[in-house]
Amino acid sequence: MRTLTKGTGKAYWVVLTLTLVVFTAAFLLPLVWVLLGAFKPPAELAQQPPTILPETWEPGAYVNAWNFMDLGQFFLNTFVVAIGAWAVQMAVIVPAAYALSKLKPWGGNVILGLMLATLMLPATALLVPVYLTLTDLDLLNNPAGIWLPFAANALNVYLLKRFFDQIPEELLEAARIDGASTWTTLVRVVLPISRPILAVVSIFAVVAAWKDFIWPLLVFPEPAKQTLSVALQRFAPDTPINLLLAGLVLASLPMVALFLAFQRHILAGLTAGGVKG
Amino acid sequence: MRRHVTAYGFLSAALVVFAVFSWWPILRGVLLSFQQVNFVTSPDWVGWENFERLFADPLFVVAWRNTAYFTILALVIGFGVPFVTAVVLNELRHAKGYFRLLVYLPVMLPPVVTALLWKWFYDPGPGLFNSVLRGLGLPTSQWLDSSSTSMISLVLVITWANMGSATLIYLAALQTIPGELYEAADLDGAGILKKIWHVTIPQTKFVILMLLLLQVVATMQIFTEPFVMTGGGPEESTVTVLLLLYRYAFYYNDFGTASAMSLILFAVLSVFSFLYLKITRKAGA
Repeated sequence: MRTLTKGTGKAYWVVLTLTLVVFTAAFLLPLVWVLLGAFKPPAELAQQPPTILPETWEPGAYVNAWNFMDLGQFFLNTFVVAIGAWAVQMAVIVPAAYALSKLKPWGGNVILGLMLATLMLPATALLVPVYLTLTDLDLLNNPAGIWLPFAANALNVYLLKRFFDQIPEELLEAARIDGASTWTTLVRVVLPISRPILAVVSIFAVVAAWKDFIWPLLVFPEPAKQTLSVALQRFAPDTPINLLLAGLVLASLPMVALFLAFQRHILAGLTAGGVKG
Repeated sequence: MRRHVTAYGFLSAALVVFAVFSWWPILRGVLLSFQQVNFVTSPDWVGWENFERLFADPLFVVAWRNTAYFTILALVIGFGVPFVTAVVLNELRHAKGYFRLLVYLPVMLPPVVTALLWKWFYDPGPGLFNSVLRGLGLPTSQWLDSSSTSMISLVLVITWANMGSATLIYLAALQTIPGELYEAADLDGAGILKKIWHVTIPQTKFVILMLLLLQVVATMQIFTEPFVMTGGGPEESTVTVLLLLYRYAFYYNDFGTASAMSLILFAVLSVFSFLYLKITRKAGA
């Protein structure tokens, strides 16, 4: 037993119950509170003491929020940003990690070292120079302004390379004898074996792109192009509170759904795939 | 020879992306610190002027003091909580999935959503927290609206939002402690606290140190929460280094001074990054 205590005595049940209560209160109730809050009209939300369940149910708030803030547009924008960021990153780093791991070109270690060195740099140290570079390349108000910088992800290159390193050479040799090109070997042999690491890296890439705030804030000054996070922040001061709450709930749903669907991958990836959460 | 050509073909996209969006900006950031950019003519070299302007700005000192205060608060509050939580969860043999799900759920929420939700919870009038405190007959707080509690309010938000990752990483580390160590401690008649002090903490000290350094690096770059929740107020009590950097760059369009600030932040953080690197090397060896 890798635990401090043994057995399930009285103390165990007390601690278990307390933990259940504290966790539910700390992590679940605030979210339920928002979910319910969005159903209450603004006047009821301003009441003291607050009502627990809505006295007047206004299920229309979710629809009104959608229309008031034009959430459909921002969902679409965020979706394009997140999926594009994932696709571009994969297209860039998978072949690179494969080359570094299996083709071992001259200077490969130097390149890997230079990539990993960027991890030591605080992300925000590059805020101004990357912004100016994006301006030079005329990439503001363009999703590519998120996709391209996002593809330069050294941690994911490293995770993929480390996984590819464990694939036995004989497997690649066999493919080569069968006349497969390097590209075919990557697509037909390496990628199918690498599904677990690809899943982890993919999920974290999509989540990171969806959650990001500061880069979309800089890249999309034009309101119609913004992502959900940037738009919600912009709407917050002038939106009736019940509609804002509904908007916040709606904006969280895709990530919560993703989490429920891929919980095992995400929790496993967190500990296996390095510490960056 | 062919192999090298093919390899560089596979690497080309990554090399371009890293060169344009990572390596060149690093160099450019250093150059910009000594330049004045105006977008019309080519940038002027101004020597140490940008740094002098920063040191003359009273807000510069305020921002660093706030950031240091924030980092210390985050360590005092935010650092112990996930460890203690992990130690407790590791003992429980029921509802394991439920606990893991709940503690990680906030990590999945976009930070802007969390910030706006908590801003609503913190509302001194009908907000959730003061309502609960009033209901329990306890004194209420001004939370974000008072310069004495604004920073601690931000620390509570980021602790709630981020503790899931650290908790689960600690849990995994706790699972690697050999059970015999606890059994040996039992034979010596050690109590729970003694076992934590003499077995649990020494056995997980690399992970603890790693997360400590990562947390320092992350909290010193805090931006989204103060930007969304307080805008730096009240009375500049939540102006962090990054918030001031953002003001210089995107309110005043003074990219040179903003870069000088990045460079200083980078110099400070690289101490922690360097320590992190040394520790991970040692742990890996």
